[in-house]
Amino acid sequence: MDRPPSDLLLRAKPRILETLLETAVRASAFLVILFLVLIFVFVGKEALPMLTSSDVHQEVTPWTMTRSLEDGGFVWQPVAEKPKYSLAPLVIGTLKVTLVALIIGIPLAILAAIFTSEFAPQQLREIVKPAIELLAGVPSVVIGFFALMVVATWLQDAFGFIFRLNAITAGIGLSLAVIPIVFTVAEDALSAVPQAFRDGSLALGANRWQTAWRVVLPAAMPGVFAACVLGFGRAIGETMIVLMASGNAAMMSWNPAESFRSFSATIAAELGEVVYGSAHYHVLFFIGAFLFVVTFLLNLAGHWYVSRLRARLEGKR
Amino acid sequence: MKRWIKFVGLGFTTLTGLASFLIVLMLAIILGNVAWHGWARLSWEFISGEPKVGMTEGGIFPAIFGTVALVLLMTLAVVPLGVAAAIYLHEYAGQDSKLVHLVRLALHNLAGVPAIVFGLFGLGFFIKFIGAGIDNALFAGQLAFGQPCILWAALTLAVLTLPTVVVATEEALRAVPRSYREVAYAAGATRWQVVRHIVLPQSVAGILTGTILAVSRGAGEVAPIMFTGAAYYLPYLPKKLNDQFMELGYHIYVMTTQSPDVEATKPILYATVLLLLVLTFALNFVAILVRSSIRRKLRAA
Repeated sequence: MDRPPSDLLLRAKPRILETLLETAVRASAFLVILFLVLIFVFVGKEALPMLTSSDVHQEVTPWTMTRSLEDGGFVWQPVAEKPKYSLAPLVIGTLKVTLVALIIGIPLAILAAIFTSEFAPQQLREIVKPAIELLAGVPSVVIGFFALMVVATWLQDAFGFIFRLNAITAGIGLSLAVIPIVFTVAEDALSAVPQAFRDGSLALGANRWQTAWRVVLPAAMPGVFAACVLGFGRAIGETMIVLMASGNAAMMSWNPAESFRSFSATIAAELGEVVYGSAHYHVLFFIGAFLFVVTFLLNLAGHWYVSRLRARLEGKR
Repeated sequence: MKRWIKFVGLGFTTLTGLASFLIVLMLAIILGNVAWHGWARLSWEFISGEPKVGMTEGGIFPAIFGTVALVLLMTLAVVPLGVAAAIYLHEYAGQDSKLVHLVRLALHNLAGVPAIVFGLFGLGFFIKFIGAGIDNALFAGQLAFGQPCILWAALTLAVLTLPTVVVATEEALRAVPRSYREVAYAAGATRWQVVRHIVLPQSVAGILTGTILAVSRGAGEVAPIMFTGAAYYLPYLPKKLNDQFMELGYHIYVMTTQSPDVEATKPILYATVLLLLVLTFALNFVAILVRSSIRRKLRAA
């Protein structure tokens, strides 16, 4: 950004050290891109035999994973005499918990974002914002622990669930991981709306909530939408909370009060015991590659909406 | 009509306040519950002792040691790389260059990759590719680095925390007033001299914030280290780069889910959770303080 006004200076020849250091910092920046590519390549490399290896195909192919088994059922049972790899129970489990987490997390986070950016007096804002930053700093293993040890007991006592660990328990835990990211992105978007928008609305006689609801929120909409997309990405990738509080039973049930098993938890629970290079090993990397691609696309979409918001508020569109 | 509008407005405002309150309350409940059940067991013996009687007695010193060693190694890798990348983005590159756009896009996406995918990446890249490669080249195929160990776990975490460091450093660089650089250039300083003597000393606090946030994040992540080096119980501390290690978060996970006697391990478990929370919170708290002072400076500039 701050280039020296080189025409005005009587500069010596570029020194070797100077060039070397510039190359070094440029290489570091390049490494950031390289790492993302390496993740894709090396997770993909271990997943690829799912498509190419005939040894793996004797046990499982991407095609058989999506179809029902011979007896018509959908079962995930990779460690068995005859391993069964149906993705359907995992898809249902992942979507079930993600939905619960988003239904709880997104309204709370967006309302809180509106509160801090539009209504809260300075002192309250100074409490809410750092508190949510602290919430973002709580390790997910601690949230998982809390959901399993405390929330599960409370909910079972209150509602008499048959399954102690279920999608509601895990979803509440997961919403705690989703809230900070949705809040932060939404709050940024709302705060980016120029003060003139608010002043204009208030001057026309609208009160503060009308201004917030009908002027500021619509203006910030792409950013708020980005917040939801990024929250969704966070929810389907989160591992420890779901691993600890889901019960890990791969069941074909949409009932949120029953146990389930998600994609991420499946990888975490099974990779430790798997034989290196076996079909099961490649299946787990295949699921991982799938998770990577899905979250990657969600992140791209979220990022795109944020930049659209910026362009809109700067009047470029 | 007017009263109706006022009523709805009040309801809406209250609702947003209630949502904020609920979030803060959930945080408070977690902290309160963990502190309440955990603090009784927290003692010097607990922090400095070895686990005894199948994790139901004694302390968790090896897990603390493992966590600190892991995070230190991670910091050594991620801070120089992250700071250098941020310096490139803010001090060297033209803001419209293709590379800058790509790096920023990569940072955004890297920050959103699920932690478990980093675990797979660590296993596939560091252990099975780099580690096995080192073994073949230097150890005649004997198993030395081609297995889960603290070095690979730390490097996996370094990749995971890279966006945190870059973003925080860039924010600090942005807070250094433009005029400082212009004065230095006018006095004949080269690009690197400006970075080294003007920009970096001014942004130490911001780099520190990024480092602290990365450490706090790294100390709490479990999914990436499960397959890259963490062990539930080891009778020795990690001494070499290719030793396995015990870690607080992983310890909590295994104690919570695989304990044969939940009631007997509960006091120790709660104390361990409290310790991890205190550690990450203390770090976060410092980072938030430092950052808000930087932001004030940024607004003043």
